[in-house]
Amino acid sequence: MTTLQAAVLIVVAASGTAVALTRDPTRQVILTGLFGLVLAVLFFVFQAPDVALSQIVVGSVALPAMVLLTLRELRRRAAERERGE
Amino acid sequence: MRTWLFLVAAAVLAAVLVDGLAGLPSFGHFHGVDGLTLDHVTVRQRHATDVITAINFDYRGLDTMGEEFILFASSVGLVVLLREQRSDRRQDARDGPAPPGGDARDPLLALVGRWGVAPIIVLGIYIVTHGQLTPGGGFQGGVILASALITLLVTSGGRGPRTIGRHGALEALEALGAGGYVAIGVAGIIAGLQFLSNFLPLGTAGALLSSGTITSLSTVVGLEVAGAIALIVAEFVEQGADSGTAR
Repeated sequence: MTTLQAAVLIVVAASGTAVALTRDPTRQVILTGLFGLVLAVLFFVFQAPDVALSQIVVGSVALPAMVLLTLRELRRRAAERERGE
Repeated sequence: MRTWLFLVAAAVLAAVLVDGLAGLPSFGHFHGVDGLTLDHVTVRQRHATDVITAINFDYRGLDTMGEEFILFASSVGLVVLLREQRSDRRQDARDGPAPPGGDARDPLLALVGRWGVAPIIVLGIYIVTHGQLTPGGGFQGGVILASALITLLVTSGGRGPRTIGRHGALEALEALGAGGYVAIGVAGIIAGLQFLSNFLPLGTAGALLSSGTITSLSTVVGLEVAGAIALIVAEFVEQGADSGTAR
């Protein structure tokens, strides 16, 4: 294992922990996107560029966008419920 | 009690994981016979320079068809579910609040979005069509194409994508991609070979139009994935925006 690979592994572990320790959902989504990007770098330095490409788009675009849309919907419903009472 | 349960479970899990990881060959020492064989024969047999794409769309083409239909089925299921809910809610949500950020259109963001979308689409098409040559292929390129729509959605306040989603273009794209894969598979039977056989001329290794059906299958998967992901996102947006813009 090269130094680069070891360094990227450590960054992955650190950003994964950061995602788990974040409490605010919106911040967590942004961090998840960042974590996805770091994971893509990991795949790339471990010589899996095909997987890295999927990971870039799925992990840092599609998944955060999906979670953000869900959060928006949940907030809208909460606001609606408040108005109803 | 809960902590104790967790500690016991974590200890067992850790033991299994360590045992499993210790049995793996060390990094860079791969011993799988299939993988090593394919590494050597793919360029000669299929004229594809990206072995992974050749495995996905040729040697294990049937598995990829299954994967493609998983995405197809889940996106159709989601659309059915969300549209059903929407028609229920449409009457009592006439005067709901505007969706957060729904109509607030930041001109700078909109500009960046409009100029950013074209390069993303070009990159997506490149990745889809060059799957047999370099890393990439239908799945990766398809998601990149769909992310162009997501960019548009984030920067334009959701208005552009909603008009795209409304005319059935995404559904058509998705159906074309899913049906195209099966059609190419059946064409193999018609050509006198088996389902999903590589029956097209293989061309020169390294050329854009090479590798026979690998290229065509990768392209139809690109259409399917782009359509499916874009449709899912467009449906979610519609879901959130519906009550807000119904005035």
